[in-house]
Amino acid sequence: MMKLLKLVFRNLIGNGLKTWLNVFVLSIAFVLIIFMQALLQGWDRQAMADTVKWEIAGGQYWNAKYDPFDPFTLDSAVSELPKQFARQYETGQIEPVLIVSGTIYPSGRSMPVLMKGIRPGQKLLELPTTLLMNPTDSTDIPAIIGSNMAHQAGLTENDIVTLRWRDANGTFEAQDIRIAGVFKTFVPTVDGGQIWLPLDLLQKMTLNPDKATLLIKSKEVNEAPVAGWDFKDVKELTKTLRETLRSKAVGQSIFYVIFLLLALLAIFDTQTLSIFYRQREIGTFVALGMTKKEVVRLFTLEGTMNAILAIVLGAVYGIPLFIYFAVNGIPMPSGTSDFGVAISDKIYPAFPPKLIVGTILFIILVTAWVSYLPARKIVKMNPADAIRGKI
Amino acid sequence: MKKTIFLLSLFFCSTALALQAQDYPSGNSLLDKIDANMSSKTVIMTASMQVNSARATRTITLKMWGEGDKRTFTEYLSPAREKGTKMLKLDNQLWMYSPSTDRIIQISGHMLRQSVMGSDLSYEDMMNDTPMQEQYNAVVTGEETIDGRKCWVVEMTAKVSDINYYSQRLWVDQQRLIPLKMQQFAKSGKQLKETTLLDIKQVQGRWYPMKMVYKDMLKEGKGTEFTISEISFNQNIPANIFNKSNLK
Repeated sequence: MMKLLKLVFRNLIGNGLKTWLNVFVLSIAFVLIIFMQALLQGWDRQAMADTVKWEIAGGQYWNAKYDPFDPFTLDSAVSELPKQFARQYETGQIEPVLIVSGTIYPSGRSMPVLMKGIRPGQKLLELPTTLLMNPTDSTDIPAIIGSNMAHQAGLTENDIVTLRWRDANGTFEAQDIRIAGVFKTFVPTVDGGQIWLPLDLLQKMTLNPDKATLLIKSKEVNEAPVAGWDFKDVKELTKTLRETLRSKAVGQSIFYVIFLLLALLAIFDTQTLSIFYRQREIGTFVALGMTKKEVVRLFTLEGTMNAILAIVLGAVYGIPLFIYFAVNGIPMPSGTSDFGVAISDKIYPAFPPKLIVGTILFIILVTAWVSYLPARKIVKMNPADAIRGKI
Repeated sequence: MKKTIFLLSLFFCSTALALQAQDYPSGNSLLDKIDANMSSKTVIMTASMQVNSARATRTITLKMWGEGDKRTFTEYLSPAREKGTKMLKLDNQLWMYSPSTDRIIQISGHMLRQSVMGSDLSYEDMMNDTPMQEQYNAVVTGEETIDGRKCWVVEMTAKVSDINYYSQRLWVDQQRLIPLKMQQFAKSGKQLKETTLLDIKQVQGRWYPMKMVYKDMLKEGKGTEFTISEISFNQNIPANIFNKSNLK
């Protein structure tokens, strides 16, 4: 076996620049696959963590009629807070949220929004709701919005904007609200097209006293069945996010698939050529007592060795690169959060061992298969003709 | 002495105001007269609706058949994109047929709050035909002149809870008993909409506005202009016009 490996290695080095070119392209594909996968895993991890911190916490109870994809359900998806959670409301382990549709009129244009009522000063979510605390003598309606929403509406802190909505009876109401704060978040589902208001004020404004659309619970609170409310766990609530990330992963894989195909094509080409040029060598091997299968194995191993060298080469320049990005992160261009997926301004790629080992095995297997395909021709060769250079 | 003069003048002013107030007609009787003037057994009209948005202006022409305040059938005649679109209102139900999808859909619930063809009017606004008397308490609060016409100023406050606008202010032509301007307000007092009724003409013995401008006061823009080119009252309308099968 060692002799075989030595022979394979000698043959490869003997191929000179051609081998190194193949190895280099394959190493790029190898590094790219790991890097892209690590980037997605890092993104996935950050997006999940951010979504849990800003929106989901330990899960949510939805009003049975609530459908986030159908704004027409909002008016009917409101009901009284379940009494069984009275203690958890007091301790802040469950936060009720009331959602009502409305319209704001920044600079004389209308813009539909979701008005979301949450208790000022709650601790369950990262939202800076302390900004919603009004001095007792103030008649202001304070509101907080995300930076994306602020950008869309052209609003900044302390701006006054008219908000129009309908109360529970369907009567139009309109008042000026003050933007008490603009927060930066990477979770678009709490930002775009949304205005956060003090819960008690929104309940009063819409004639929905002690009512909510959903209840956000902390991890410490155990899930319990509540009549008229459906519990959604973190896995279910992040399903759309995971599906979006998965679809993005497919899109991104196109880049490294192209690189991989280029490298594999080069290996396939080299193998086909070397079998054609090295017929006498193949004939000699068989004449010296090697079986045809052993010769096929030799040539397959020779091709596969490209992958081993590519992994070594890839590690030489890839590892420092991976370490650099894992520590410093990759800055994301501004505006990427407009895609509708949680994305921070820096993504830290994650390199779990499973990913690296999996990629190494994948590349070795694919390269071995590509090397084996042209080598199968050897089985059909007549050794006497091969020695004479005739097939 | 000064005090006496002040008290006397205060007395005369208040007496004059009281006398003047007594001259005002009652708000509710005024609403009755407006309803009587504006409503008819049947109406057939051809009109155009000019929707002025911030970016563009588009005009939609339509023909409408109405019977009382319960049944209305509307067909859009132009532009090409809207041509053939039909709407049927029976009591508080609304169906719409769109030729592009060749389907009839029922517009109900919260969908009624959406704008009609991007205008300043919602389906609900269009459908609202409940007599004002049933929805509002009206008080005549003064007199003003609009375009040279003497008007009563009528303040209306909702007497029912399920209503679009909590209060309205009307300027009613004293002679023709027709509103020339209407303002809609939120409970907070913020003005939401304004309707101006123009080009008042006498049609079949009644005064009727041939042009109405609806304006959402919270946003910029010229609003939506509704211009009637032809109108006739109390004509016989075949019953099949208000049939769902007439939509397709």
